[in-house]
Amino acid sequence: MGKVGIIGVGQSAFVRTYPGSIRELVFESFREAMKDARIGRTDIDATIVCSAPEYDRQRSPAGVIAEYLGLNPQPTFYAETLCSSGSTGLKLAYSLVASGLHDVVMVIGFQIMSQLTSAESQERMGRGADILWESPFGTMMPAYYAMHARAHMAKFGTTLEDLALVRVKAGTYGPLNPNAVYRKPVTIEQFQDPGSFLCSPVAAPLRTGDCCANADGSSCVIVACEDKARAFSKKPVWIKGIGSATAPVNMAGRDRLTGLAATVEAAGQAYRMAGITPADVDVAEVHDCFTIAELMAYEDLGFAAPGEGKDLIRSRETYREGSIPVNIDGGLLSKGHPIGATGGSQIRTVVLQLRGEAGQIQVKDPAFGLIHNIGGVGLYGNVTILGVD
Amino acid sequence: MAKNELDARFAEFGTVSFASVTQVNDFIGYLEEGKLMGTRCKTCAKSFFPPRAHCYQCLAGDMEWFEIAGKGELVSYSTLQYAPAGFTEEVPYTIALVDYGEYKVFGRIDKSVPETELSVGTKMKAAVGRTPNGRLTYAFKKA
Repeated sequence: MGKVGIIGVGQSAFVRTYPGSIRELVFESFREAMKDARIGRTDIDATIVCSAPEYDRQRSPAGVIAEYLGLNPQPTFYAETLCSSGSTGLKLAYSLVASGLHDVVMVIGFQIMSQLTSAESQERMGRGADILWESPFGTMMPAYYAMHARAHMAKFGTTLEDLALVRVKAGTYGPLNPNAVYRKPVTIEQFQDPGSFLCSPVAAPLRTGDCCANADGSSCVIVACEDKARAFSKKPVWIKGIGSATAPVNMAGRDRLTGLAATVEAAGQAYRMAGITPADVDVAEVHDCFTIAELMAYEDLGFAAPGEGKDLIRSRETYREGSIPVNIDGGLLSKGHPIGATGGSQIRTVVLQLRGEAGQIQVKDPAFGLIHNIGGVGLYGNVTILGVD
Repeated sequence: MAKNELDARFAEFGTVSFASVTQVNDFIGYLEEGKLMGTRCKTCAKSFFPPRAHCYQCLAGDMEWFEIAGKGELVSYSTLQYAPAGFTEEVPYTIALVDYGEYKVFGRIDKSVPETELSVGTKMKAAVGRTPNGRLTYAFKKA
């Protein structure tokens, strides 16, 4: 089996309110990825469209998007695993290409969340959990992650200040990312001021500053078989490892709340397939929908031992200059989290890093980059490892 | 209930129910009697909470009900100051996970329990009651 490469990446700006429809929003990332790959419409053999349903009036958006992008009569498929839909789309694209069925497959992720109120959005996201046995209690994503946070604090002594440090790191890089929703710096002093909006309680112990924002956005990743990747691209980035896993939806089914079992499983698969260890990863994008999610990811991905995620952020090892730079594009905490578009944006950041095209946030000569993308509260987990030759 | 009428009792569960029909709707009948119940596989004796109609372990569909009784340990909890649509009038409220050893139970902490008396590991017991809008539910109190 030949290698599978990524030859083009694009994303729209992630914004509070996109002044247009989903097809127009998707076009923005599509155009960037097509120009990046320097290919034409007829070079695309199939598309995979990724989003979380119920945010749109449009049923079955894949067909509408394929038409708008001029990608008829090629087949299109819709992929959904909540917030990890984009990296699930990448795995499906990898499979289609690796099987020889198609040579070039485009993964499109999008979400327009601004058409709903925040409470409506929380209700929909809450229904991504167990609607029979949890949603009737009034659950929502921040509250589930807050339960993980409290368990982590109780077992390992992680503090609210440690969580704040994760947001401060995001706020260090958000201002450098023109595509981010939140581009103001965030300081630890702001978290120490109880009057700051960052400290307003959402679901204790998580505060507003611990949570990423809803956003509208799209992303696009073009995947190709080895021959075409080499023909089209001067700097193809290869998919080295790709792991996926699930865990019980209901919190009652989980053995521990101090981490996400789906991350551990998916990471193990990805590291084995790539033939590397966590120490070989030079740059990573992890799913920091909440500050605690990033700390747990450090541990579940093997960047730190269980309970020692806090030490990594305290010592700034996950900053650009550190031993394992994480989310130095600002992460979901700065960029915002347009559900279906998030995975593709993470992939784009790592591809640009591996090509040496990441500008101000470029790390020095990275060989391997990792993308960790989670759906629901660890219900779905995808870990992808990219590398240069 | 007429024989050919769909058993939609699950619509009575919680502040807002998102489903009405399941094959474990007797759960609602037990709540009406003041009992919180799970199911146990008659073939392999595996206990389930939340209750299920089928056992994935031995593929059987022959389950019996058992009562969630005694004490469990608080695994974690969170107090919501902000709520999803349908629940905004109830804030603040606290959701929690309690470990009974063989199974865990997700639910709310009873309003009568001050948050200051809670910590991970606190012994809790489940009690059947009504939501503020008068619907069937259960909540945890200190054991």
